[in-house]
Amino acid sequence: MRSRGEISSFLHELPAAAKLLVLAGAGTGLVLVGSLPVLAGAFLATLLLYWLAGISRRQAFQQLRPLLWLLVLLFIVQGVWQSWELGALVVLRISTLILLAAFVTLTTRTDALIAAVESALTPFRRFGVNPAKVGLAFSLALRFIPVIAQQANDIRDAQRARGLGANPVALALPLIVRTLRMASDVADAIDARSPYSDHSGDEGELPPRFVLQPNTSNARMSCNDAEPQLKT
Amino acid sequence: MMTTIEIRAVHQRFETFEALKGIDLTLNEKRIGIVGSNGSGKSTFARLLNGLLIPTSGQVLVDGLDTAKSGKAVRRKVGFVFQNPDNQIVFPIVEEDVAFGLKGLKLPAAQRGALVEEVLDRYGLGPFRSHPSHTLSGGQKQLLALAGVLITRPDCVVFDEPTTLLDLRNARRVAKVIAEMEETVIVVTHDLPLLQSFDRVIVFDQGRVIADDEPNSALARYVERMQ
Ligand SMILES: Nc1ncnc2c1ncn2[C@@H]1O[C@H](COP(=O)(O)OP(=O)(O)O)[C@@H](O)[C@H]1O
Ligand SMILES: [Mg+2]
Repeated sequence: MRSRGEISSFLHELPAAAKLLVLAGAGTGLVLVGSLPVLAGAFLATLLLYWLAGISRRQAFQQLRPLLWLLVLLFIVQGVWQSWELGALVVLRISTLILLAAFVTLTTRTDALIAAVESALTPFRRFGVNPAKVGLAFSLALRFIPVIAQQANDIRDAQRARGLGANPVALALPLIVRTLRMASDVADAIDARSPYSDHSGDEGELPPRFVLQPNTSNARMSCNDAEPQLKT
Repeated sequence: MMTTIEIRAVHQRFETFEALKGIDLTLNEKRIGIVGSNGSGKSTFARLLNGLLIPTSGQVLVDGLDTAKSGKAVRRKVGFVFQNPDNQIVFPIVEEDVAFGLKGLKLPAAQRGALVEEVLDRYGLGPFRSHPSHTLSGGQKQLLALAGVLITRPDCVVFDEPTTLLDLRNARRVAKVIAEMEETVIVVTHDLPLLQSFDRVIVFDQGRVIADDEPNSALARYVERMQ
């Protein structure tokens, strides 16, 4: 699989904040617009973006694949109960939204995205919003969407193997249970893995074990840690 | 630096169920193995060692620091690698994930980069630094999880069944990495051959320590008990 870093385009270089703003604007627009030709145009324009950024067709399709069955189901439900035109509208709208969101994550470093979210939220600090925490939540969402999509696939495969059809409720329940169990592990892991962060975004003094030794190469740091008992 | 972990009269209850029934141990060997059947309390015990869990009664002291009072300071000394790496990789891209452990440190960007590069290279993950973490193999994910812990420079690393979810080849690879680590390691595992070279093996059964010895005698006792 190709990854970020191996490909680069002017779209990769755009500031993260600009891309997020455009994404938010386009997302709102897509929800408000109800015209099939306009949505089809937006879908094609999104594909054009992928092409301009040098992202392979295969990788573009990979973004939609986890939700393909859901899109088909939506199309059929809307088509049978409402109209096929509405079905096409809904599917185009959701596909374009997913592709656009994936486009931003594929062409932007996560730390740049988080920094953009954090600075956008800084004015809300006075209302009790902690931008560093929201930034972390944001990166967690990006990280775990593919994991949860994979689990949905696993559960569906297991149900199919037992002769069960595609029932959204039968899928949702085990998926929610698994995701909650995972969430509690992830919370522990965050605690265990970031012993120097209080998630406030503020930085403390550098502890001795990270201080550069003067007579060694820059990659080799001291492992001695003579720090006194730390208050937490 | 060698770490000493003292576990004093520890009981752990979950509502009415008592998962640990009075544990007294002093851990200061370089390599310690923990074995026991499923549900015997191994994970509960492991999670006590870096303050992820605080004992219902009794005390856990890491180099004299009480886990109930000095959680952060304890976690700087004792890192933890979970059974399922998918749940402890928290960033979408490999190098971003490793750098998470440095969050909150006042480090110049160049030094931060050098530290990330060093641990990635140590485990052959260098070529994957800009890959999405969910595209790594199971073994690579477990090594990434370990890299993300070692970048915080702990003195001791606790592993909870690090090879249970891996295929044989990846399990061998991760076991080799653990056996060769410079840091003090405490490993919960069902991989008995891995423990042959260890200094001490502790056997848990139904929330109690039933053997605590050098590997051969402790494992013999474990195998005998399981029959
Ligand atoms: N958070 C919890 N709530 C309730 N019961 C728990 C919890 N964690 C563990 N247990 C119970 O404690 C016992 C020991 O669990 P654990 O330490 O995970 O065992 P092991 O790792 O040896 O398989 C099990 O019976 C388990 O169901
Ligand atoms: Mg366990």
